[in-house]
Amino acid sequence: MALHKPYLDVPGTTIFDAEQSRKGYHLNQFCMSLMKADNRQAFLADPRAYLDQWPMTEAQKQAVLARDLNRCIAEGGNIYFLAKIGATYGKSFQQMAGSMTGMTEEEYRDMMIAGGRSVEGNRHLGEDGSAQPHRQPQGSSTTTGF
Amino acid sequence: MARITASVYTSHVPAIGAALDLGKSGEPYWQKVFAGYEFGNRWLQAQKPDVVFLVFNDHATAFSLDMIPTFAIGTAAQYQPADEGYGARPVPVVQGHPELASHIAQSVIQEDFDLTIVNRMDVDHGLTVPLSLMCGARDPKTESWPFKVIPFAVNVVQYPVPSGRRCFALGQAIRRAVESFDEDLNVQIWGTGGMSHQLQGPRAGLINREWDNHFLDRLIDDPAGLSQVPHIEYVREAGSEGIELVMWLIARGAMADVAGGPKPRVAQRFYHVPASNTAVGHLILED
Repeated sequence: MALHKPYLDVPGTTIFDAEQSRKGYHLNQFCMSLMKADNRQAFLADPRAYLDQWPMTEAQKQAVLARDLNRCIAEGGNIYFLAKIGATYGKSFQQMAGSMTGMTEEEYRDMMIAGGRSVEGNRHLGEDGSAQPHRQPQGSSTTTGF
Repeated sequence: MARITASVYTSHVPAIGAALDLGKSGEPYWQKVFAGYEFGNRWLQAQKPDVVFLVFNDHATAFSLDMIPTFAIGTAAQYQPADEGYGARPVPVVQGHPELASHIAQSVIQEDFDLTIVNRMDVDHGLTVPLSLMCGARDPKTESWPFKVIPFAVNVVQYPVPSGRRCFALGQAIRRAVESFDEDLNVQIWGTGGMSHQLQGPRAGLINREWDNHFLDRLIDDPAGLSQVPHIEYVREAGSEGIELVMWLIARGAMADVAGGPKPRVAQRFYHVPASNTAVGHLILED
């Protein structure tokens, strides 16, 4: 019998459940390795060679190399693990979060200062809020990675 | 005997720690956050707790995907601030209370809560940012934290996380455990994390001021009812990372009124948007 997953219809959101965790195990464990300064230096010196030491899928490696957090999440990554990639590049959590919206850093920061993203229209797929699939990308950023 | 005298609730946004560590706390953006904790700083100095039982979540720091305990209690003598990828925060080492922690573990496990016992663990911003917010900046070379800490880590990273109902019941068991410890100790319990925030995907940046404030109202006046709220409501209304708020129900469950005593006194209530991606909430309840 299928598991009950009522969270699948929340727009713009991937819940890190057991299925995602299984899919992303090696990607997330690679991220954990970046908690050591020596490993961060080795990764920055040659990202591809560093990634090739891990039994990750090619799609996972490409998502990391593109610094595209939405793709990393689709491949089983979890944001708290992925944040260590951003930290390695000296990025803040706000820069990382904003990079997933299509907004520029400034546009995202301004949205937060103005009170954040409204929940209206963003509770269920099929509504018309800013996080809905048909409203992507949201801002004027020209890049997809952080 | 040991007794729980108060509970404290606060967000644990990592950028707050970075603002303190990088000397930005005087900037207007951050002043609006720290202003909400000035009362708490003074209050804590007057209260002088011996031990803080600090409920937090590990953010892929001590626990990777190799092991994912739902509830983990620290029984070590001390805990080092973790390197989360930016280098370790320059804050004092956290001193534990192994005797009380072990006593609580034994008592609570016998009440059917399956805790993982941890004797070695680095602690991340989930634990150190609440300490910084409530104690102010501390120089690790010359200062220490003014009380001992029992770290209590809750899995809110991999779904499913424990239900609010179970967290609330666990808090009640923790109160009984503390009260059965013979030494006279002034113990506080802190619940951390939240409030509304989402750090991932096109819905990143979600904030729900109305829902957050209703949560604060109910945490004070109707915690038993609040504990029945299902996971999906947290995700839908408060963002995928807003689910951290179930941890506040552990601290609330440890207050006297839940065990048939009088209502707690609300000593402080604060709410501010934003700190980085997050709505900041803070409460102090005195028994």
